[in-house]
Amino acid sequence: MNWLTPQVLAVFVAMAQALAILLGAVLLGAAMTVVERRLLGLWQDRYGPNRVGPFGSLQLIADMLKIFFKEDWIPPFADRTLFLLAPAIAMASLLLSFIVIPFTPALHVADWNIGLLFFLAMGGINVYSVLLGGWSSGNKYALLGAMRSSAQTISYEVFMGLALMGVVAMAGSFNLREIVNAQEGLWFIIPQFLGFCTFIIAGFAVVHRHPFDQPEAEQELADGYHVEYSSMKFGMFFIGEYVGMVLVSALTVTLFFGGWHGPLLPPIVWFALKTGFFLVLFILVRASLPRPRYDRVMSFGWKVCLPLTLLNLMVTGAAILLTTPE
Amino acid sequence: MEVAFYLSGLVAVLATLGVITNTNPVHALLYLIVSLIAVAIVFFALGAPFAGALEIIVYAGAIMVLFVFVVMMLNLGESVVAQEKAWLTPKAWLGPSVLAAVLLLTLIATLWLGDIGKVIQGDTLTAKEVGTTLFGPWLLIVELAAMLLLAALVTASHVGRVSPPEKPAMNQETGARKEHS
Repeated sequence: MNWLTPQVLAVFVAMAQALAILLGAVLLGAAMTVVERRLLGLWQDRYGPNRVGPFGSLQLIADMLKIFFKEDWIPPFADRTLFLLAPAIAMASLLLSFIVIPFTPALHVADWNIGLLFFLAMGGINVYSVLLGGWSSGNKYALLGAMRSSAQTISYEVFMGLALMGVVAMAGSFNLREIVNAQEGLWFIIPQFLGFCTFIIAGFAVVHRHPFDQPEAEQELADGYHVEYSSMKFGMFFIGEYVGMVLVSALTVTLFFGGWHGPLLPPIVWFALKTGFFLVLFILVRASLPRPRYDRVMSFGWKVCLPLTLLNLMVTGAAILLTTPE
Repeated sequence: MEVAFYLSGLVAVLATLGVITNTNPVHALLYLIVSLIAVAIVFFALGAPFAGALEIIVYAGAIMVLFVFVVMMLNLGESVVAQEKAWLTPKAWLGPSVLAAVLLLTLIATLWLGDIGKVIQGDTLTAKEVGTTLFGPWLLIVELAAMLLLAALVTASHVGRVSPPEKPAMNQETGARKEHS
């Protein structure tokens, strides 16, 4: 047994952790589809899906079976390569972002100095899934959805990055682990309240959640960029959206709500509780807000959020310079 | 790290060749994106993760999205592919290729004669070091670049001005709005 050195063991532990986080993210994303329908039902005073299994708990399995056995159709007028590539980008770029999130002091995939930048880079790559999916479908509705989406996502990514810079300046690092450690005394939600507000708005917009689901507005665009997709290729876009929700919730917790810090309960429980709170918030927002007009969404981003984030960054910088001893 | 450097360098060269030879504009742009990501990995391999991440965020994540966006809006069809094919004749690419090959030979010869042993080594640069270098010795360059960008921003907002004045990135959006109204 001399091959089982501590290094080899550490490699196995790291691999098992990475696999657990990957499976956890995908399964949680899939489970969120059912949780969302049940919660929407609750808030809209009706039953959600409650027929399959006790309290509708097996609905997920029924949905998965259905989506796997549907006909997987590629339109003859589509650009085949890109049509296949787009859902893969949608899923992969979001799942890769989970690499940098520290869940507990021990549970993480990689501890990188550019952690936050890696998330922003993957967010940038994620735009292509919608863009290419919409274009390669060869469908005008899909193209319109893709164009709206890319314009919206680029606008909101600009100040998403800027909103996070206040946190980076306060923690003095892009490393998410160090950012969490810097929040041991005071969560960044308090000194960075403006940053938090703009980040959560940008987060909604970047994962195309309601009220920023312009790219797939059912009333005007049929179903937007994935109107030509069927079976599991649609499923990748669909689950990808929920994985994005989980990602933005986990990041919000990491950046503004002290990550795993909290009294009494073990770190993983605190992280799960806080993430769960934001997941429910995502659904509550969908249940309660109407969808604004597209040009309003754009001008809100550029004329309200961008100046706010710049102001936040300037005030944060000034405060840090004033309080830091020479 | 050396293996990663050479592999991603190879990918970058091949993808750039793909950009030139591909006749479908969107596919060519995709090759360019792959090339940029490969260059980012070259940065990572050289120990400059900050530059690599910025390469992906700025080039692959923002600038190329605008390129793809514009090409998508042009609604290029089969005719463009045919036109590109017609243009890509040996007569068109032979002369520039010979000239570029001479430059490539010079480049390889220079690299060959210099000491290449030192290239793929060195410490990993942190974002903090990059920042202190940029805003320390190179502050003047940073300020000049900022002024240039500000001038470009003002110009863009003037050129792209519709009845209510808007910011430059809104130009894309007004196009999209016209399309669906």
